[in-house]
Amino acid sequence: MTELNAKIPAGPLAEKWSNHKAHIGVVSPANKRKLDVIIVGTGLAGGSAAASLAELGYNVTTFCYQDSPRRAHSIAAQGGINAAKNYTNDNDSVYRLFYETIKGGDYRAREANVYRLAEVSNAIIDQCVAQGVPFARDYGGLLDNRSFGGALVSRTFYARGQTGQQLLLGCYGAMNRQIEKGKIKSYTRHEVLDIVIVDGKARGVIARNLVTGKIERFGAHAVVLATGGYGNVFFLSTNAMGCNGSAAWQAYKRGAMFGNPCFVQIHPTCIPVHGDQQSKLTLMSESLRNDGRVWVPKKIEDAKKLQAGTLNPNDIPDEDRDFYLERRYPAFGNLVPRDVASRAAKERCDAGFGVNNTGKAVFLDFKYAIERLGRHAIEERYGNLFQMYEKITAVDPYNNPMMIYPAIHYSMGGLWVDYNLMTTIPGLYAIGECNFSDHGANRLGASALMQGLADGYFILPYTIGDYLAHDIQTPKIKTNTPEFDAAEKNVTDHLRRLYDIKGTKSPDHFHKELGHIMWDYIGMARDAEGLKKAIKMIAELKEEFYKNLRVTGEFTAMNNELEKAGRVADFIDIAHLMALDALNRNESCGGHFRLESVTEEGEAKRDDEHFQYVSVWEYKGDNKEPEMYKEPLVFENIQVAQRSYK
Amino acid sequence: MSNFLTSSIGKKMLLSISGLFLIAFLCVHLALNLLLIVDNSGDLFNIGAHFMATNPIIKIVEPILAIGFIFHIVLASILTLQNRSARPIKYDRRNQAGNCTWSSRNMYILGGLVLIFLAIHLWNFWWNIKFPSLGTPLAETTVDGVAMENTYALVSGLFKSSVIYCLLYILGGIFLGLHLTHGFWSAFQSIGFSNQIWRKRLECVAKIFAFIIAAGFSIIPLYFMLGLAN
Amino acid sequence: MADKILKELTLKIWRQKDAKSKGGFETYKIHNISTGSSFLEMLDILNEQLVSENKEPVAFDHDCREGICGTCSLFIDGRAHGPDDDVTTCQLHMRRFNEGATITIEPWRCGAFPVIKDLIVDRGAYEKILQAGGYVSVNTGGVPDGNAIPIAKPAADEAMDAAACIGCGACAATCKNSSAMLFVAAKVSQLALLPQGKIEAARRAKAMVAKMDELGFGNCTNTGACESECPKSISIEHIARLNREFLKAKLKD
Repeated sequence: MTELNAKIPAGPLAEKWSNHKAHIGVVSPANKRKLDVIIVGTGLAGGSAAASLAELGYNVTTFCYQDSPRRAHSIAAQGGINAAKNYTNDNDSVYRLFYETIKGGDYRAREANVYRLAEVSNAIIDQCVAQGVPFARDYGGLLDNRSFGGALVSRTFYARGQTGQQLLLGCYGAMNRQIEKGKIKSYTRHEVLDIVIVDGKARGVIARNLVTGKIERFGAHAVVLATGGYGNVFFLSTNAMGCNGSAAWQAYKRGAMFGNPCFVQIHPTCIPVHGDQQSKLTLMSESLRNDGRVWVPKKIEDAKKLQAGTLNPNDIPDEDRDFYLERRYPAFGNLVPRDVASRAAKERCDAGFGVNNTGKAVFLDFKYAIERLGRHAIEERYGNLFQMYEKITAVDPYNNPMMIYPAIHYSMGGLWVDYNLMTTIPGLYAIGECNFSDHGANRLGASALMQGLADGYFILPYTIGDYLAHDIQTPKIKTNTPEFDAAEKNVTDHLRRLYDIKGTKSPDHFHKELGHIMWDYIGMARDAEGLKKAIKMIAELKEEFYKNLRVTGEFTAMNNELEKAGRVADFIDIAHLMALDALNRNESCGGHFRLESVTEEGEAKRDDEHFQYVSVWEYKGDNKEPEMYKEPLVFENIQVAQRSYK
Repeated sequence: MSNFLTSSIGKKMLLSISGLFLIAFLCVHLALNLLLIVDNSGDLFNIGAHFMATNPIIKIVEPILAIGFIFHIVLASILTLQNRSARPIKYDRRNQAGNCTWSSRNMYILGGLVLIFLAIHLWNFWWNIKFPSLGTPLAETTVDGVAMENTYALVSGLFKSSVIYCLLYILGGIFLGLHLTHGFWSAFQSIGFSNQIWRKRLECVAKIFAFIIAAGFSIIPLYFMLGLAN
Repeated sequence: MADKILKELTLKIWRQKDAKSKGGFETYKIHNISTGSSFLEMLDILNEQLVSENKEPVAFDHDCREGICGTCSLFIDGRAHGPDDDVTTCQLHMRRFNEGATITIEPWRCGAFPVIKDLIVDRGAYEKILQAGGYVSVNTGGVPDGNAIPIAKPAADEAMDAAACIGCGACAATCKNSSAMLFVAAKVSQLALLPQGKIEAARRAKAMVAKMDELGFGNCTNTGACESECPKSISIEHIARLNREFLKAKLKD
């Protein structure tokens, strides 16, 4: 058995990170120049890490499948980024941010990691401002804040509804500065398909050049995965079309363990599915819940009429509207955490109160905010989101309530990492959404950007130095070695296998099928019976996939179908692991809701006695069941309690 | 200022400055020409023309003006050639009606048309005034005891005698106006003199100015064509 | 609004095997498209159809499908991002098209954006311009507090207007001169408006303009087509600011 050591430093919580930094190894500037680091993925985590490491002097090579690092899906984050600045004087502090993040994550995250995250959050804002990120400001010229779900204070910094874009462009600027200096070599339209392990250490990657179709080798002293989440396993999600879990999955197959794979976040405010032709779901920022009120009709006959399209929602009087979040959770109201809001919406729709033709939508109404603040104020806050909504649905949200429904958004699970963000493969790091660490079973809004940038700007640059300090004698990694030969062959063989099936169904066909299984059985509500059924269905789908896949086009050329086929092959395997993990965790916590584990009021019921751990899965071979380890979660600074937002 | 002249923005600025210089010339030219319809005796116009022909400052400005024209034309040609080569493969289908004005897209063509008109115009008047020995010599006249060329007779004669020339001059005025609807505000934009507030003002002024120039220059042949000078 | 079904559409699409091959238009018929579908979903359906016929699907760039990543391109019926205002191609919906329509789909046409395959072009030129100076030269760490330097709200707002650029390339694609000025201006203007970026404004303007010129984009003639077709409605007032910044910078040389 591989030993799991989270390497959490000893000492009081508030001093762990400073103490740790004080005692870890550091590489001298002269030696940094001799060390190479590969970073896979160029979103907020990868981009910020690339820029910071290159500034320090390391030779950085980055990869992204997009045509530019700036297009990574961090760009789509709308609402904002949290930091414990307490600029609003509402009694925020590092401890409160830490506490709310742990509580929001339903006590399934590591204390030390989350505290560190809260600790460095303030520096992120300063860094971004210095880079020229145009955060929203008040007339006095100082930074403005808004509120987000699961928090009792206003600590979210934002740049209109495009915060992720602005932060990413800031960090892409920092990357560009290093590209110009020759310290970063940026490979775009390259997809990393395997990690090369030499003598037990990550020493390089195998990538497919998506333009030429050629398989290429790259060596480095350390490899950092910043490849985001695997939400696209559901086919329909708020992730970008190209988001995939393939690089992380290959790392898993090479020995990096996978933490909490069943923890995925379902975001409550997405534009509802319109039909079978739909390819992706569009998120409407959580910030909308600051001013929008969520409701469905009180009377079932009104709901029926709405579903039939014979009733205008504006004609339903206030007393006939059920503001169910305000009713059930008076303390947090419309700003309950995402998992709670999503489940509540599903509960109402399952009870027949859905408000569109599919019965799977609830209203998010700005009528009240417009009456209170005026249209102009709403336009200023959410103008671009409203415009986006209108373009997609052809409904004007200023005069009609928006329709929303939950959708897959983020994966809290990911590659297991220790306190240094290193996976169980020495020299292989995972940062940002790609790792499992800081959000527990549910991520709070505006925390993903915070985590990605914390990892990339302020954590990895320190911790990777500790590892590389022992590697300063290692010369440049050669790629003409048997390990690289084998890894390249592994990639080519796998792609060749997919290409040669010559069946009749496209990769998208299988992806959609997989999505249906996932949403129906491993979605918002899970139970043992359904999960077992899903495991069987996934196995059948896998068999069918390897029998009947059709990949058109040329093998060694630009070929989107071949790219998709590879990703879907991995999604099928990820789905299997998610189902196993969901089946194992017979408790409800955060985004993971087991029908067997509910309170009398129908709320999620955690089982701390049996499940207060991170489930960590180890790959054992293609047709073998993986083995699960437990990393116990110890809470020394927080009173573990059932989460209540009432 | 190294490489300023070879940079795209530098060239555009020079085009703008030369354009603004030509605009200034147009103002003087139009003001003077309007004397044609203010005074049917032609005396006022003749005095003006005589002043322009004899004033030493104008004599200095004249070659500068010619250089300005040539500079504006040559630079516009260079920019246009560069712009054309920036898109080696053209679109099969193009719909620009909604995204910019026709004049703004066709400044070079409008400029070319104005240039053709300018050549005719120079041939009609400037050539005869400057080189009476080569062209048709101008009649003499006396205004307030000063002997001078009867330029008024030359201009009015042409317009009175030929409807085609009148129409040509009206057309020339319209082309010039269209060129200016874009050229005027665009010149300010290119030298960086525009922002949220000034852009609206400049675009508005451009339209008014272009109309005044087009109408002003067209009204003169029209005046003669309609026989109002008699 | 209830979605309707478009029974038949004709698609005239540019196909090109790779950068070196000569391309040409091919025509396809497609049936039963919901007006609630996005334009790219319509192309997905076409591609499924092509795969089922064992033909190679049409390659086109797309990623986030919510109008922010800037990956999608496409010149549709003579307009960058198609016949709707303030949208990217992925936000364009089929309700903008009529029953029986013939839709022409071309890649961005711009010398600096060579075609890679079918409708996919290489927009690396934009990245090179940014690399030349589209940033504030600060290292990670050691920066002042976020509130240490107040920024007037109008300046911050205007910087944000410019910063909204998604780098999709529609400006150069739609400009009759293939000029990249709006893209360059957006970045120069954003950073020139902020105290953090002002410090190296001169160097930035010169370096980015020089790179833009070197890469073979055309010259701006202020037609304003870029601003009309920009999915983020970035104003050409930023071009005026770029011109000012450039002149100021050059006057100091």
